[in-house]
Amino acid sequence: MTAPARHLLSVSDLGREGIGEIMALADSFKEVSGRTIPKVPALRGKTVATLFFEASTRTRLSFEAAARRLSADVMSFAPSASSLEKGESLRDTVETIDAMGVDAMVVRHRSSGVPQRVTAWTSASVVNAGDGQHEHPTQALLDCYTIREALCDRHGGDPPSDFAGLRIGIVGDVAHSRVARSGVLAFSALGAEVVLVAPRTLLPPSLDSWPVKATADFDSVLPALDVVYLLRIQAERAGRVLLPGLDEYHARFGLTAERARHLQREALVMHPGPMIRGVEIAPEVADLPSSLVTRQVRNGVFVRSAVLFHLLGSGLGTERIRDGGGDA
Amino acid sequence: MAERERKLARPQGRVFAPRAQVMDADGVSRALRRIAHEVIERNHGLDQVVVVGLQTGGVPLATRLVRVLGEIEGTTVPLGTLDVAFYRDDIGLRPVLPEEVTDIPVDLTGATVVLVDDVVFTGRTVRAALDALADHGRARAIQLAVMVDRGHRELPIRPDYVGKNLPTRRDELVDVTLDGVTIGELVDERAAR
Amino acid sequence: MPEPRVLVRGGTVVDQTGSRRADVLVAGSAVVEVGEAIPVPARATVLDAGGCLVAPGLVDLHTHLREPGGEVAETVETGTRAGVLGGYCALVAMPNTEPPIDCPSVARDVLELGRKALCEVAVAAAITLGREGRQLAPMGELAALGIHLFTDDGAGVQDPSVMRQALEYASDLGVVLAQHCQDDALASGGQMHEGAWSSRLGIPGQPALAEESMLARDLALVRLTGSPMHFLHLSSAGSVDLVRRAKAEGLPVTAEVTPHHLSLTDAEVASYDPVFKVNPPLRSAADLEALRAGLEDGTLDAVATDHAPHTPERKELPFEEAPSGMLGLETALPVTSAALRREGCDVPYQLLFAALSWQPARIARLDRASGGRQGGPVAPGAPANLVVYDPAATWTVDPSRLASRSRNTPFAGRQLAGRVRHTLVEGEPVVVDGAAQR
Repeated sequence: MTAPARHLLSVSDLGREGIGEIMALADSFKEVSGRTIPKVPALRGKTVATLFFEASTRTRLSFEAAARRLSADVMSFAPSASSLEKGESLRDTVETIDAMGVDAMVVRHRSSGVPQRVTAWTSASVVNAGDGQHEHPTQALLDCYTIREALCDRHGGDPPSDFAGLRIGIVGDVAHSRVARSGVLAFSALGAEVVLVAPRTLLPPSLDSWPVKATADFDSVLPALDVVYLLRIQAERAGRVLLPGLDEYHARFGLTAERARHLQREALVMHPGPMIRGVEIAPEVADLPSSLVTRQVRNGVFVRSAVLFHLLGSGLGTERIRDGGGDA
Repeated sequence: MAERERKLARPQGRVFAPRAQVMDADGVSRALRRIAHEVIERNHGLDQVVVVGLQTGGVPLATRLVRVLGEIEGTTVPLGTLDVAFYRDDIGLRPVLPEEVTDIPVDLTGATVVLVDDVVFTGRTVRAALDALADHGRARAIQLAVMVDRGHRELPIRPDYVGKNLPTRRDELVDVTLDGVTIGELVDERAAR
Repeated sequence: MPEPRVLVRGGTVVDQTGSRRADVLVAGSAVVEVGEAIPVPARATVLDAGGCLVAPGLVDLHTHLREPGGEVAETVETGTRAGVLGGYCALVAMPNTEPPIDCPSVARDVLELGRKALCEVAVAAAITLGREGRQLAPMGELAALGIHLFTDDGAGVQDPSVMRQALEYASDLGVVLAQHCQDDALASGGQMHEGAWSSRLGIPGQPALAEESMLARDLALVRLTGSPMHFLHLSSAGSVDLVRRAKAEGLPVTAEVTPHHLSLTDAEVASYDPVFKVNPPLRSAADLEALRAGLEDGTLDAVATDHAPHTPERKELPFEEAPSGMLGLETALPVTSAALRREGCDVPYQLLFAALSWQPARIARLDRASGGRQGGPVAPGAPANLVVYDPAATWTVDPSRLASRSRNTPFAGRQLAGRVRHTLVEGEPVVVDGAAQR
């Protein structure tokens, strides 16, 4: 078994084995949520702090629920509302929170790389909850979990241990999307074939050493896709004229009713939410993925509990002892 | 490879080297039959009894126990499995991961739970199991059945049903399966060859 | 009263005439004798130069001294102290101060501060008022104060017609315009080099084209106007090619490169540490190799530090919010030496000091041929502005022990080979055994 990393800054911190462990742990937390008392004492006495420098109620609440499932104490900081405006630096904020004695910091920031910088200023485990355009590892993990769950529901039996043979298309503003970057890493680590579907202006300037294909012709790849992952068009992040307009985007890259007819019958359609009907997806087709979107949200809590347990509870660097004949 | 077959990795380079078999398959069988009779006697039948096997060593024993109880009384009691990884008191000190998903098919409120494990040693796993069971409902009673009691208790935990009392040294290991009970120790993989 | 005497003993003198074992005797502010085994005069300070190279003091074409307005990060005093510790005897102060050096009064203030500093401070003034790129600054009045270089550095002059007017106006005055080549539209807010790393790290990048397109434009303007130009901190292979062709054509252009562009690539940004954020950005390994080759073949004339101090608070901001800039004065010599003199590629020390001393002295008109006091050669009658450099001394860069007020060196924690042992400014030993004397 891989020794658990102290931080989760990027999907690549986990590797294929690590992702598998998170999936299995998430199964356990799914089971816990079905109990009379849906809580375990695994992280009792530990404190998890959320530092959301970029607002996101949904993700923050998801992490807080995940921590509470493990009986951890939760502190939440929304520094945008507080001392950062008085001139307290990022480093001061982190060191102050660290001094209060926290075991994990869940950090979201609009600038890439901030969670990595934070690791230098605290002895807590740092979880990247979204940094600029760089990564959003727990989103990719819950997306993997959701796909795995859907495949398992469809075929019955045990969940697949990897995505070998699966074709996943990621559609939209890849260049500015941290969800896409983490998704590419996670899906390809599990053996899926990943294709990026976007106009050149919305692809990263260099796809050197990315394990993906890229195309601007959605229609040519659509019928072969097992999963269609639609990204949000992030006008607020792009900040400049990369597209002639949203109508043209919808015509070339939207999941229109016409395109939906060419989807494989069992293809999964996913979206990190919230969807913009009429842009990424036609209103009449939008109900297809909405049930998966709810599942994505629910699975988010299981997966984030798994991540917190993996970082704080599963034991660091100590030798494993087989349970049989051991310590009952 | 299906997820459920995934086993804990052995500690780096160390393997179980058996030294002596203290019970063979027949011995284990007889002990389980005796325990089944004791359970029925103690509980005046099998009304409201639920058998829960502790992952992973207790599960085959629990499964066999349910079958034997069925052979004797003609009723099949519910069987559950329990992984206590999230309830251990040594979290953060040693690597723990749940090995199998917990599956308790009934609400335990008002039930008499017979918790089954292969070996009782320090008692800490049983303590964790008691905490875990509490999160599934308020049982009327919890009884502990083990194939081997090897001594060295660190908590006030006492099994109700025991297959065999086996004094051991702390550093020894006891391996229990339906095929028998063996004492041995962990040795360096290279030394064992 | 007899002049103070200093004997620099046991070193190897390197200057534009060659390299030879020699002692150097200094009296007052001048070199009086250069030769083997000079007898020690009475009451002379002896500086041991055993194992060292003795060269004309270094001249930096590009230093940000931050005064006026940015004193919290650096002052003329602390900056020149950092300079002499790095072997520099003259610095050209950049005009992007608050207020900018775009008028005689501010220029005079800075020149005055320079007179009290530890080494010579020359001043570069802005090309346009406020460095806004629209109206010409009073170059004539500024030239009358002795200012020779003009630049809006920190930014490039975006409007080509403004640049053309500036070149034509400057040609009457005999001054030289220097350009920070960066087309803001093409750079479009990029924080690092646009390439494989920026794509992976999720940081907006600016392509090399943002520098090369303005360089190409200005070379065409040089061709049109006949006015000379100097190009600041070139950073890409494409830029080196453009300058090579321009020089082959005979255009009157010079170019500089920084020590950090000769030694670091965009891979460093993987740590997201803003100490590696600089403008122009660190680029690819291929660009780095082209810059080294350009310096070796003379396409690039000088190494200039672009020493840019920023307070720790500002350099600890998230990468995308932090200001650009790196310290450079105290590490320039060993870093440049290591970049040029690596395995199987032993560039002579003469080329190293040419790039750091007499060529920049010439470009800045601080050399003796222009009536200045820098750049050697090391010969009787020359001003005693000298650096004594020990190429074998190793040291670890500790940001808290640098003389600069700021700490933003990209070489923090790295071990460097080569250290300045002594520096003489106008005959005065301002650095002795690696320690500043005031």
